[in-house]
Amino acid sequence: MDSRSSDAAVLPPAARTPLRSTADNALKIVVVGGFGAGKTTLVGSVSEIRPLATEEVMTRAGIGVDDPSAVRDKRATTVAFDFGRITLSAESVLYLFGAPGQERFWFLWDRLFTGALGAVVLVDTRRLDESWYAIDRLEHHGTPFVVARNNFEPPRHSLAEVREALDLSPGVPLLDCDARDRESSKQVLIELVRHLYARAEAEHPHRVELESAP
Amino acid sequence: MTRVGQPARDDDPDRLYTVTGGRSQAPQHAFDVVTLIVSEDEPQPGMQSEHARILRLCARPTAVVEVAAELGLPVSVVKILLGDLLEAGRITARHPRFVPAQAKLPDLDMLKQVLHGLQKL
Repeated sequence: MDSRSSDAAVLPPAARTPLRSTADNALKIVVVGGFGAGKTTLVGSVSEIRPLATEEVMTRAGIGVDDPSAVRDKRATTVAFDFGRITLSAESVLYLFGAPGQERFWFLWDRLFTGALGAVVLVDTRRLDESWYAIDRLEHHGTPFVVARNNFEPPRHSLAEVREALDLSPGVPLLDCDARDRESSKQVLIELVRHLYARAEAEHPHRVELESAP
Repeated sequence: MTRVGQPARDDDPDRLYTVTGGRSQAPQHAFDVVTLIVSEDEPQPGMQSEHARILRLCARPTAVVEVAAELGLPVSVVKILLGDLLEAGRITARHPRFVPAQAKLPDLDMLKQVLHGLQKL
């Protein structure tokens, strides 16, 4: 799959794979990245369904209104985002959202991020500047995140150089990935959940008697 | 009144206006994008086609975003339609258990479950 163009692709609805009837708890992780960073590719690599596209209506004024009639207004626009899902257990299902990282989409963010476990910032090192806003915003909100460098080709910089260029806090995990590869994309998600686990453990020291994260 | 039987990925304002009966208020019940919707009723004759489609779609739990994607409608429009169905008792909503207003981070047991699920992939 061509990860360069897939972000813009609107895939036709595939034959539906329904969730189990016992599913009762959905979780969210948001994958943020600039245009062409490979968000849809990463979501598609691990999703049990073909990534689906949907959209949200918003006004250009940037007011986060839940107002579909706003589409009658010329200042209103729709923003597409895509998602996939992973069934974790009989009860739990994880939804992965691909969200554009640019500043003008912040209103979409606020909706997707509400209740999200955390985020993956997918970085294309040729366009690092597209990640600055996302990282800044996540840090400001206190949303836990990891940064994954998507390698379309052998990287020219060390991760330490990338960390410095992004001005990442030492506590933020940074790793390499190939969004086209299922195992590699899975490791990115695992890294995020381990990071969350470590943070949660630090916040609940009375629970350290539980076995440590695998 | 225009009825559109086939979902189309169009942003035709009139269609969206028609689907919601001109309402622009978000329903009181806040649906998260991943709230799982379950039908409690069969589609009835004469029912608005979107309502009927939702009931068929949600015979098994289906997230709000999936409903939106399948119907080819914006999420905010779908939330209004779901609000109608919830009020009429035709669907139930299974809300996400992790509510960040109550806890900044999910509990360790939930995270362990997520980790386990991912490792099995």
